[in-house]
Amino acid sequence: MKCDLCDKPAVVHEVVIQNGNKVEMHLCAEHATAKGYILPTVPVTQILQQFTISGKSIKAQKAAARRCEACGLTFAEFRQTGRFGCASCYDAFMPSVAAIIERAQSGAVSHRGSTPKRIVGQADRAAMRRQLIKEIETAVAAEQYERAASLQGRLHLLGSEQTPPSETNT
Amino acid sequence: MDTPSPHIFNNDSDVVVSVRIRVARNVAGLPFTGRASDSQRQEVLRMVTHAPLGGAFSNGLAWVNMSQASLQERQLLVERHLVSKHFADSALPRALGLGHNEELGVMVNEEDHLRIQSILPGFRLDQAFALARSFDQALEETVDFAFHPRWGYLTACPTNVGCGIRLGAMLHLPALRYSGEIERVKRAAKDLHLAVRGYYGEGTDAIGNFYQVSNQVTLGSSEEELLQHFRDEVIPKLVDYERTARQMLLEKNLPLIQDKVFRARATLKVARLLGAEEATKLLSTLRFGIATGLLPNLSMERVEQLLLQVQPAHLAQLDPFAGEEEMGRLSRANLVRRLLGDYSEDSPEI
Repeated sequence: MKCDLCDKPAVVHEVVIQNGNKVEMHLCAEHATAKGYILPTVPVTQILQQFTISGKSIKAQKAAARRCEACGLTFAEFRQTGRFGCASCYDAFMPSVAAIIERAQSGAVSHRGSTPKRIVGQADRAAMRRQLIKEIETAVAAEQYERAASLQGRLHLLGSEQTPPSETNT
Repeated sequence: MDTPSPHIFNNDSDVVVSVRIRVARNVAGLPFTGRASDSQRQEVLRMVTHAPLGGAFSNGLAWVNMSQASLQERQLLVERHLVSKHFADSALPRALGLGHNEELGVMVNEEDHLRIQSILPGFRLDQAFALARSFDQALEETVDFAFHPRWGYLTACPTNVGCGIRLGAMLHLPALRYSGEIERVKRAAKDLHLAVRGYYGEGTDAIGNFYQVSNQVTLGSSEEELLQHFRDEVIPKLVDYERTARQMLLEKNLPLIQDKVFRARATLKVARLLGAEEATKLLSTLRFGIATGLLPNLSMERVEQLLLQVQPAHLAQLDPFAGEEEMGRLSRANLVRRLLGDYSEDSPEI
């Protein structure tokens, strides 16, 4: 559609009510600016996207560059495929892994099923205890008190039960 | 004619075509299949295929080297749901172990090193569970599996971590489809954290109104809790929905159902050319006719047998010339007429 005031293509289209009558207005960029319209040079969505990317860039780049030392997979590669490279990736990409698993598993936070005979031992329980303490500290620092309480409960049970306990965080 | 009643078959097979238990495991100390080198994948193959097994598996499994299997052989395994399409098409070193009359299948070097699965006809979930778990435990006597104190059995995809067990059922849901309720049921299934997939699993269509339903959550419950929930709550609920829809259709829309069923039978009895998908859809309607009591003289076993035999790779086993498109359609129609032709007329309405 052409501008109402010249032959250039119209970029501003507006319907205004003048003296009770509906009047359509079509203006090119030049005439629209002259009449006081502020024209964005790039689409707003693109601007927002630029802000989003630049706002996250340092943190996002840092996270994406994390690498599992055992198999060499980067977090960015994991995000792309949704597949871990090896068993060590589960620890290498903490704490992101915990959030991803909890989301994928409808809020479940740990295993409650069978355990291979060979690994039921104090060493594993101690490792699990250390891991839980670390996660509680992270949760408290992030003011996620409900989650911290849930983890605290598991830590408490770990000290008094024979098998590693767990629960769902629903 | 009185309104027929839906038939309830042994093992709920009027609705539950088959059940499947799948256990995902990875060998400790080696990268998962996607990240492993070919020599590491070969190492996994060697460890698993040579593992000494006790008890019910002391005779070992029959191993199929998938890299040496022909396209048709691989397609045949897909049609029997013994391997995924992804596994059949993969170029990686991989093998399939079969045991217990093909009720047990072990895929080596799928997305995880091991996918142990048991598939049984009807709603025999306990038996399928026991078979898959007993192989899992027998193998664990000699092979260390990747395990994490918090996350349980580790898998390439975090959606399988924990017990690593998926329980699935192939359901025949024509009445829910005809009554337009299927989308509502699919939404309800999603709320129950269930995946609803097509005839050949992820990314495939529900040809012939066959749907695969499976649990999506594998973490936070014990194996027995997962089994109990699926066996006692999930599947009975879905079976009940379908049976209620069948009853409603028979009571309120009998001519529509009769028309579908008798047209399908007539087409199958006279067709000279049949594509695989068309045959599957028509046989599915016959299956529905048997389950609703409209085809009392036709056996469910015969239709089940045909549903498998009309698939391209199975047909090619019976007729080597059926590999070609036109010959396949001719051969399929002949097979169906031969196998359906010997039953007597069973409805006075036609």
